[in-house]
Amino acid sequence: MIGLTYIRFELLRTLRNRRFFALSLGFPLVLYFLIAGASKGVHSIGGTGISAPLYFMAGLASFGTMSAMLSSGGRIATERAAGWNRQLRISPLPPRMYFRAKVITSYMMALLSVGALYAAGAALGVSLSAREWLEMTGLLLVGLIPFAALGIALGHVLTPDSIGPAMGGGVSLLAFLGGTWFPLGNHGFLHDVGQLLPSYWLVQASHVALGGSAWPGKAWLVIAVWTAVLSSLAVRAYRRDTGRV
Amino acid sequence: MRGVDIEIEMGETVALLGPNGAGKSTTIDMMLGLLAPDAGEVSLFGRAPADAVAAGAIGAMLQTGSLIRDLSVRELVTMMASLYPKPLGVEEVLELTGASEFASQRTQKLSGGQTQRVRSAVALVSNPELLVLDEPTVAMDVEGRHAFWRTMREFATRGKTVLFATHYLEEADAYADRAVLMAHGRVVADGPTNEIKAMVGSRTIRATLPGADLGDLAALAALPGVSGADRRGEAVVLTCADSDQTVRALLAEYPHARDIEIIAAGLEEAFLTLTGDAAKPAPGGQASPVQER
Repeated sequence: MIGLTYIRFELLRTLRNRRFFALSLGFPLVLYFLIAGASKGVHSIGGTGISAPLYFMAGLASFGTMSAMLSSGGRIATERAAGWNRQLRISPLPPRMYFRAKVITSYMMALLSVGALYAAGAALGVSLSAREWLEMTGLLLVGLIPFAALGIALGHVLTPDSIGPAMGGGVSLLAFLGGTWFPLGNHGFLHDVGQLLPSYWLVQASHVALGGSAWPGKAWLVIAVWTAVLSSLAVRAYRRDTGRV
Repeated sequence: MRGVDIEIEMGETVALLGPNGAGKSTTIDMMLGLLAPDAGEVSLFGRAPADAVAAGAIGAMLQTGSLIRDLSVRELVTMMASLYPKPLGVEEVLELTGASEFASQRTQKLSGGQTQRVRSAVALVSNPELLVLDEPTVAMDVEGRHAFWRTMREFATRGKTVLFATHYLEEADAYADRAVLMAHGRVVADGPTNEIKAMVGSRTIRATLPGADLGDLAALAALPGVSGADRRGEAVVLTCADSDQTVRALLAEYPHARDIEIIAAGLEEAFLTLTGDAAKPAPGGQASPVQER
């Protein structure tokens, strides 16, 4: 199949970028130990019924995976600046395969980040059944779909020097409004805004520990709408982006 | 871009010749489907550019661009080769473009000249029917330039069509069968390179001619082969299509002419003449037939 070799080298390139690799995996880990380590003994954080290590594990997983997904934007912006995007456009690489390569690379980084945080969580006493681990992971992966699209869209619109602040600021804001740093409670302004954001539902994946379904129907709807909107933006940004940068 | 109408036969090597800002890169972008024309049509092998690109029939070395990092040269060329239906062998192309010696190096460690070689390897490995090169030798030294054109010549002999943009008349003359001259987004001439060379390759004769007056200047302008005469102090400057003929006539008529210099006109000047900009009293522009300064 055309594109397999392309995807393989895309993955290889990402793994070889050591500084990026170390920072994007290490930063959420350090934050996790700082935040969750301090509240290790809290069994029900903010009245959620979820232990602090578990809550923050999902919280930092949301933070780390959002960054991992959006980092494809940084790579795309750099490729564009090098004129490589135009070189690919005049090759028979189908856009679908191009997107697939970018999304797979992002997910690889996100899964590594999740794996590292799970290990850290287990070290701080997080204990879930196999089914709960799997369900949480599944929800995180679904909740990340809109961010895969957002990364591609930003990469095709922004320049390498503007994408850093855009991503740093965007991830911080989404993490804050998603409840990464503290639970947003069950009512109030922050809670209402948070519920409309995919980052909120990433953090809510920790609710698997409470039994029942961690995501209400509303969560699936929010993710679906963001996915639809951001995917169409990504496709549009890609189509328009054929000029010299 | 205005009314650019170029038709290229299969197997031709064509130079797109013009000064900076003439519209060469824009023409190439349109050909490759990277830019849509406001009006008119672009067709490659009877298909839309996007279809020809999807079929892998086009290989190109664009004007601006570097390489993506964190791959070795060999890996990068392999990656690009994998996208095309009938690529050339990776090792063969690395050899052909002189990139074998540094094939195991990471792309971010290469020098400017090496990067250009890898870029040409990326274009060639696609084994295209049409190879498009947009000012490919700009960053190369003289030796690199010769090696590059040898490689492209070799590729063209396989029956491939090659289109390259350049602002060097010598490159067009040495490597193309045909040259298309562009200026200000228009085609100003199109023909075999020797004809184009004769057209733009006008020479300037400069001679010291003490005491030459306006009457002499008119007489000089009427000498065989002269297309323009101009006076600068004691010296006269004649623009001519056939300098050999002119210099003989000049010496017959004005035996006291001295310090005679014959200079090949620059491409930029030739373009100004061809596009008719010279007729306007633009600063630094070449003169209408008789002009005094």
